[in-house]
Amino acid sequence: MYQPKLFTQLEHLTLDRRRLLTGTGKVTLSAGAIALLTGCSGLAGDAEAKSDIMADDANILNSALGAEREAVAAYQVGAESGLLSPGVLQLAVKFQDHHKQHTDVLAKTIKQLGGTPDTPMTKYDFPTDQLKNEADVLRFAAGLEKGAVSAYLGAVPLFGNRDLAKAAASILGDEAMHWAVLRGALGEDPVPVAFVS
Amino acid sequence: MTPPLLALVLGLLGAAVLSDRGAHASAVGDADRGAKIYERCIACHSLARNRTGPKHCGMIGRVAGTQKGYRYSKAMRAWGKVWTPESLDEFLENPRRTVPRTRMGYAGVKDAGERANLIAYLIRENGPGGSCP
Repeated sequence: MYQPKLFTQLEHLTLDRRRLLTGTGKVTLSAGAIALLTGCSGLAGDAEAKSDIMADDANILNSALGAEREAVAAYQVGAESGLLSPGVLQLAVKFQDHHKQHTDVLAKTIKQLGGTPDTPMTKYDFPTDQLKNEADVLRFAAGLEKGAVSAYLGAVPLFGNRDLAKAAASILGDEAMHWAVLRGALGEDPVPVAFVS
Repeated sequence: MTPPLLALVLGLLGAAVLSDRGAHASAVGDADRGAKIYERCIACHSLARNRTGPKHCGMIGRVAGTQKGYRYSKAMRAWGKVWTPESLDEFLENPRRTVPRTRMGYAGVKDAGERANLIAYLIRENGPGGSCP
């Protein structure tokens, strides 16, 4: 599976840092080099503060993971609804696959930060009684995608690690495209505003 | 209006009068505009259902971190505040500053007017005639 380069870069950085912090690293690096490896500014010796930053970042990613898992489940409901025409069904399956990829990368990254991915919900409670036709499904999906864009926009400034902020922005861009395509499929202006919020 | 609900509304109004935050939310909030702001929340929240975030029906006047069926962070369970216009305004402005280690990975609604609208929407939906049961 394709993984964004910046996540794979982060993997190396995180693993290197963990080896250093646990004393299993075979090389001795300067404080400045350690700071560069961890991607954090400030004093490299402040391991506790960096650990807090990593825990906070993992916590933020867990929020995103929950929303991505729900998006995967929502697209499954749409795909199995029998309400989608072949072209729209194809879109739904493709977008669901994107969310699956986001989910996989987020879970892996949380682990690499020393965190634990939240346990998936056993059941999602969607308003299926309100989905009567294709437009309802599209509108429901578009709402979730728009919300996801806002959620990532709200998460990007919080990351202690800028590589993670960049990765989250990359996912934001993908979900903004989903939102636009779904709006287009509904016959609405795909890009109604110059700025998202 | 039932006595407990009346007491809650009066309490909320009292809290609003006593604080700049609450007064702002209560006095100038536009619930219809708040509904648009709420669209930012729906990747994780809904009024009626616990999702990645807890549901919002029933939240006004309830102690934070106590919605049944939702798995809160330790931090939110320990915060202990009641959801009022004032506490909502404080939290929504900067969730992670207000409740460090909250699960809510969101920078916040920085514009006071937007927060007032959002809070007005939540109060309306939780009140008589709102969409919450």
